[in-house]
Amino acid sequence: MSQKLLLSAKEIDIILHRLACQLIENHTHFKDTVLVGVQPRGIFLADRIKDILIKDYQVTDIKLGYLDITFYRDDFRRGEKPLEANKTDITFTVEDKRVVFIDDVLYTGRSIRSALTAIQSFGRPQEIELLTLIDRRFSRHLPIQPNYRGRQVDAINQEKVKVNWIENGGEDAVYLINN
Amino acid sequence: MSELSVNHLLGIKYLNKEDINLIFETADHFKEVINRPIKKVPSLRDITIANLFFENSTRTRLSFELAEKRLSADVINFSAASSSVKKGETLIDTVNNILSMKVDMVVMRHPNPGAGVFLSKHVNASIVNAGDGAHEHPTQALLDSYSIREKLGEIQGKKVVIVGDILHSRVALSNIFALKLQGAEVKVCGPKTLIPKYIEKLGVEVETNLVKALEWCDVANMLRVQNERMEISYFPSTREYTQQFGVNKRLLDSLDKEIVIMHPGPINRGVEITSDVADSNQAIILDQVQNGVAVRMAVIYLLASKIKQ
Repeated sequence: MSQKLLLSAKEIDIILHRLACQLIENHTHFKDTVLVGVQPRGIFLADRIKDILIKDYQVTDIKLGYLDITFYRDDFRRGEKPLEANKTDITFTVEDKRVVFIDDVLYTGRSIRSALTAIQSFGRPQEIELLTLIDRRFSRHLPIQPNYRGRQVDAINQEKVKVNWIENGGEDAVYLINN
Repeated sequence: MSELSVNHLLGIKYLNKEDINLIFETADHFKEVINRPIKKVPSLRDITIANLFFENSTRTRLSFELAEKRLSADVINFSAASSSVKKGETLIDTVNNILSMKVDMVVMRHPNPGAGVFLSKHVNASIVNAGDGAHEHPTQALLDSYSIREKLGEIQGKKVVIVGDILHSRVALSNIFALKLQGAEVKVCGPKTLIPKYIEKLGVEVETNLVKALEWCDVANMLRVQNERMEISYFPSTREYTQQFGVNKRLLDSLDKEIVIMHPGPINRGVEITSDVADSNQAIILDQVQNGVAVRMAVIYLLASKIKQ
């Protein structure tokens, strides 16, 4: 197994600030906007983006929720292992809101497809956008593209992209792993 | 995530502690789901479930049906009163006929103890026991434990007394198995005639004095006197039963701590508990009903995930 550093902590920090600025460009005061971190790994990125918006750009009153997609996935009973659910924590409705999904890696697009179905349980949003740190652009199974992307990666299917966060017991880094 | 150690839910006796924890963790997620504006997930859209009720039921049947529909399973219902069982068809034939219509899971209530176990050996479907005679009612015990866990934080070390007709109660037996497995202390309390011989072998104590039992416990699970299962008189009169084993508000207020009151329903108000107890803040009877849907969703989801495609 070999691994290659794709993004260092410094690079990630710069990218997160850029993504936050792009969000501000489109959402200004975030009055009708809600951020939704996709469980399990999108929530670290979502927390970071929210912190940057509040601390560095003085955006107040940001709504952030966590969405678990386990029960909406299209591979129930198809995998070797049972699907593991995580906590959904959305204390608001998304009716008429501008929703921004936040996930660390966009790969096949199937998770986001599930998230698009799952979010409907909380109302009918005005629109849904997608923010992702890593976009594996040649690996899509579905016609889904991000609105905000950190870095595009052209990885082949045997390769894995691993995103580490300090909150997750490592240091901020993105690796390309070749098994 | 680990998976259940069993392919059927026939009784608590066949589960281990990890199974119960897994069911509760999964039920936590489903409890959040059923409190959303849209209370449905699409997980089981390719699963068909038959609810076979060879014995009357309101709450359990509705709870199972709702749980199945919240998971997007297709559901067919069957009650013995309106079926060919009356024409002499055997249980295996009835169920195999239903399964030949491509049914994946069977939820069954049956008056005979062991009906679920029997069926699981002879038909090719996942079986959920929704009550078999005076034997087991596993989902009721699971939702009771889940409700205690929700109210008191954990089951380990808690003192639970089950009051009433222990002899005819599948709820009592399943609860004893479930509570002991999770490390609770359990007593049973009721007229001696309604307490099975050798019940101490299950690791429970018998207490025939209700006041002493209530003073001891953290939780009192009040059972209904099952007149329909009694061929003979087990106590002189309902009035005398109520005087000895009924819980009223005055009795509750005389205790030096606030205990939790549970009841699996249907309540005979004024017999095992009075209305002011049933409707008090100490009673979690309606929480039990709500948790029943979440727990049954968890059981069905976890069993369905083991059905081969």
